[in-house]
Amino acid sequence: MIRVDGQGSGKSLIQVRGLSKAYSRGGEQIQVLQRLNLDVDKGDFVGFMGPSGSGKTTLLNLLGGLDVPTQGSITVDGDEITHMSGSKLTQWRARHVGFIFQMYNLIPVLTAFQNVELPLLLTKLSKSERRKHVETALSVVGLSDRMNHYPRQLSGGQEQRVAIARAIVADPTFLLCDEPTGDLDRKSADEIMSLILRLVKEYGKTVLMVTHDPVVAKQADLTLHLEKGLLVEGGERQEVAAGGVA
Amino acid sequence: MRFGGLIFANLFRKKVRLLLTIGSFAVALFLFAFLAVVKSAFSRGAEVAGADRLIVTNRSGLVNTLPISYQDRIQGIAGVKAVTQNHWFGGVYQDEKNFFVQFAIDPDNMRKVMTEFVVPDDQWANFLKDRQGAIVGVKTAERFHWKIGDRVPIKDSLYGPTKTWEFNIDGIYHNNRPGGDENQFWFQWKYFDENVPALVKSTAGWYVLKLDNPDDSVRVTKAIDTMFANSSYETKTETESAFAAGFIKQFGNIEFLIESIGLVVFFTLLLVTGNTMAISVRERIRELGVLKAIGFSDLSVLFFVLAESLAIALFGGILGLALALLAVPLLSAALNGLLPALVLSPVILSLGLLVALAVGGISGLLPGIGAMRMRVVNALRRV
Repeated sequence: MIRVDGQGSGKSLIQVRGLSKAYSRGGEQIQVLQRLNLDVDKGDFVGFMGPSGSGKTTLLNLLGGLDVPTQGSITVDGDEITHMSGSKLTQWRARHVGFIFQMYNLIPVLTAFQNVELPLLLTKLSKSERRKHVETALSVVGLSDRMNHYPRQLSGGQEQRVAIARAIVADPTFLLCDEPTGDLDRKSADEIMSLILRLVKEYGKTVLMVTHDPVVAKQADLTLHLEKGLLVEGGERQEVAAGGVA
Repeated sequence: MRFGGLIFANLFRKKVRLLLTIGSFAVALFLFAFLAVVKSAFSRGAEVAGADRLIVTNRSGLVNTLPISYQDRIQGIAGVKAVTQNHWFGGVYQDEKNFFVQFAIDPDNMRKVMTEFVVPDDQWANFLKDRQGAIVGVKTAERFHWKIGDRVPIKDSLYGPTKTWEFNIDGIYHNNRPGGDENQFWFQWKYFDENVPALVKSTAGWYVLKLDNPDDSVRVTKAIDTMFANSSYETKTETESAFAAGFIKQFGNIEFLIESIGLVVFFTLLLVTGNTMAISVRERIRELGVLKAIGFSDLSVLFFVLAESLAIALFGGILGLALALLAVPLLSAALNGLLPALVLSPVILSLGLLVALAVGGISGLLPGIGAMRMRVVNALRRV
């Protein structure tokens, strides 16, 4: 169950407590996030919406261990990540987080296969085991026949599917998606969202997604809005639709 | 290697840039090897000089001669085992460009002093009996396709009007010291003395003497120079290595010149590759950020940048040194024996590879450290 009141059972997969993040710009303190609470259970699909600069990506970066909060704590599967050292956090990311970016961020000189294989290079898997995992991930995203293609030989939608395969190949604890359809046309965006929904429903993945697109947002179990650094419930998907945003 | 594919793929990201960078390494290493070979050839005389030998020259310069009578007087000094003398000839075989060193020598003592030169006894015996006989180094013999029994005309204009001297090739010598000279041409001093103008008669170009004990060199040096002090032909006695080093200095400070050029090449190469690696890293900050995001450590990012830089250095270095291996024999041939053997030794090759790897390492280090320290969130924001 997804909660933002800090009253979760303590058994949630992701627990955020009193999370604040401030930046200093030109000597001025800018408070981006203010004492956020969040509980996300395994298999939940949470959407984050909000105007530009509201702190959506900052929240995602904090949840993914890419940035450190000014205050508060983040606990994932029993590990509190806010006090981990840089190298521990790097290892934690490799094991627990799958990133899906708006711009796909594939390595252009590597084939789809090699891009998907990247996270597995950090594991102890043998070459043949890695191949098996990569082929499985690429088949999940429907790109088994494109594994030897370079990113430049793929469409935007296909590139994003390769990025999703890369995110899931090491079977991370949760997926963080930063505007995964933001650079795609509607048809490709729908395909990507179908894929993400499949990952949630069929494979029980936990997904936290930032988006500007209400159509995309409404497919999440719950959409939360970030406004002036505060997290507020935007309602379940029916409520979003009822609000006339769809 | 687990990360080999990633490093290899990144290397070939910009093929033209890769080729140009490898090319600049190759040219620089080629130049490095070339300069090192020339430097080594210049200093070879000093390196192979006998520790137990002294050279006695005219104090006023090598172009001035010494009386032949000095030989017996030097021989009489305690601690001197044997004395021989040489006289520069400076003739030309067929064409000016066919340069090689010719000396009128003292056959009676030559082999007692210059023990590194090996001539078969039967050939030496024939040489002693033949007033117009000559012994030639194996390299010069090969160069002009001379064989024993050939009659060789050498034109000379140093001693009076131009005149052709006829010699019989009686023997061929080898040098038993690695890298030792095998280009010289020797003939009998008596034949020389009979045919030069009166002014040059009964003179020696310089004396070479062998000591019973190298520890006596200071004492014997002093004894010789004192013996001939205030005479018309004062002497300058020095160890063979000092003599060789002084001879090299006649060409100017070759060592300084070569080292200066080498340093300029080194730093230019450092700037070129440093700039290339910096551009290469800057171009893919976002990709490096992604690698860090998905779990690659800071050190592994540094490793990727360094590995690329070192791979370029290694390929370029090997290519440059391979080109030098091909070019040095050609240069050696083109110099026509003007310098002793030009040898691209394993030491120079190893040093060249070390220099290449050092440049590769240093030039990759700064951008690598930058990439290592870069924050993932900043890198991902870069377009």
